[in-house]
Amino acid sequence: MYRKSLAYPYLIWAAIFIAAPLLLIVYFSFFKDGVFTLHNYQKFLEDYYIEALIRSIHLAFVSTVICLVMAYPLAMILSSRQMTNKEIILLLVVLPMWMNSLLRTYAWASLLENNGVINSILNALNVPKVQFLYGNGAVIFGMVYNFFPFMVLPIYNVLCKIDRSLVEASYDLGANKITTFRRVILPLSMPGVITGMIMVFMPALTTFLITRLLGGGKVILIGNIIEEQFTRTRDMGFGSAVSMILMLIVLGTLSFMSKKDSLDKGGGLF
Amino acid sequence: MSRFLKRAYVLFILLMMYAPIALLMVFSFNNSKLPIWSGFTLDWYIKMFNNAGVQEAFMYTLIIAVLSSLGATVIGTFAAIGIHQMTGWKKNIIMNITYIPLLSPDIVIGISLMMLFSVLKLPFGLVTLIVSHITFSIPYVILSVTPKLKQMNYNLYEAALDLGATPGYAFKKVIFPEIMPGVIAGAFIAFTLSIDDFVVSFFNKGAREETLPIKIYAMARKGVNPTINAISTIMFTTIIVILLGINIRANKKAKVLNARK
Repeated sequence: MYRKSLAYPYLIWAAIFIAAPLLLIVYFSFFKDGVFTLHNYQKFLEDYYIEALIRSIHLAFVSTVICLVMAYPLAMILSSRQMTNKEIILLLVVLPMWMNSLLRTYAWASLLENNGVINSILNALNVPKVQFLYGNGAVIFGMVYNFFPFMVLPIYNVLCKIDRSLVEASYDLGANKITTFRRVILPLSMPGVITGMIMVFMPALTTFLITRLLGGGKVILIGNIIEEQFTRTRDMGFGSAVSMILMLIVLGTLSFMSKKDSLDKGGGLF
Repeated sequence: MSRFLKRAYVLFILLMMYAPIALLMVFSFNNSKLPIWSGFTLDWYIKMFNNAGVQEAFMYTLIIAVLSSLGATVIGTFAAIGIHQMTGWKKNIIMNITYIPLLSPDIVIGISLMMLFSVLKLPFGLVTLIVSHITFSIPYVILSVTPKLKQMNYNLYEAALDLGATPGYAFKKVIFPEIMPGVIAGAFIAFTLSIDDFVVSFFNKGAREETLPIKIYAMARKGVNPTINAISTIMFTTIIVILLGINIRANKKAKVLNARK
């Protein structure tokens, strides 16, 4: 009963539903009607698609940086010892990770729309309507809002594990708060920062939901292009090629980041 | 940073995270389609319960969540036990395959399964939804059971065999109770992932068989609709109650364990 063979059902499952679908992406991106072609990749070189790729990387990067800048102080506050009720606050920060991101994004969309809550408050104050939605700013806002907890948690975990005596030693040796932060705390928290950056950058790069709800179809990202190929244009070949490019970027980023600092140095999410 | 500033910052973050959700809940009781308060009503809830499409989507969401979390937990638990026994390159390859669904973007999982199902000529519907949900849940089950196996003392199992237990009996009485917390955690994660999933379901839904998030997405694209607020309120409240319940139980357990020490 306690044997390797217990894993066989999973191996069969993984072969059919994990490995085979990925091979299908590779196949469809290179073959059309059984003939080898690079047409799908050539098509991606058109300005429209390259611009969408650059826009995706740009927006995902900006959101990652904003998340980091907002999350690091929060993680520091939560990990400091004099903070009361920090378990409850941490739970509240992490709780939205378990809530449907579609609904949470919709909640902001209904606040920010042209006839939404914020505009009706502004209207009551005789301030002219503001167009919040349907631009890069709204999409970045949505990304930050959705993925923020993924940045807080790994940084918090790492900060909690830092040996207090190292920080005290730094003070004893005459370093002030800023130097201690720069030379001791920040370097020691890097694994958490890197995990957090990956956890935010990846979903932000590949989203198509946030752009659809907050960008109103005006901001086209790489995820939207893939979605379009499979739901409307029905060009599986091109969709597969774009997915391949996306996967290569994801794997490239992952291996680059994990080389710089190992993922399992305590920065993990679980 | 002074104490006041710290508190203010934490409050600001929590406000950003919860204000829209709270307002959504408030407006689900609003007696107007516009986001201006004009009296209390339960109309949107009545509309929601009478909406056949929403009812059906709710039923499918539950069926899919129960069956897929069950499937993923069984396959994943046995897989974790089997993989735990392996060594060397075989184990490495299998663990790397297990990480694929964790690392690849949702959209890629969604479209790759969609292509597989259309190549296999499987009709899109309940089966494709359940299979795709099992697929993205299994890795989480494996990763939550594996640590428990590592902590377990293998000698206990051998002792049970030496004392005359059959392998099946020893498994049931020795191994299973040891890894049970990991199995339950995995099942819970799988269930929540299934209810929450939008992207993978979006590509693998049937013409009629769709889950609640997909139904909401279709409604949200048509514009403001307070019925969505009512559905969201119920979904948010359910998740919050489940999570707080689990957390309180875990805290109590920790207290009991501490008291025993």
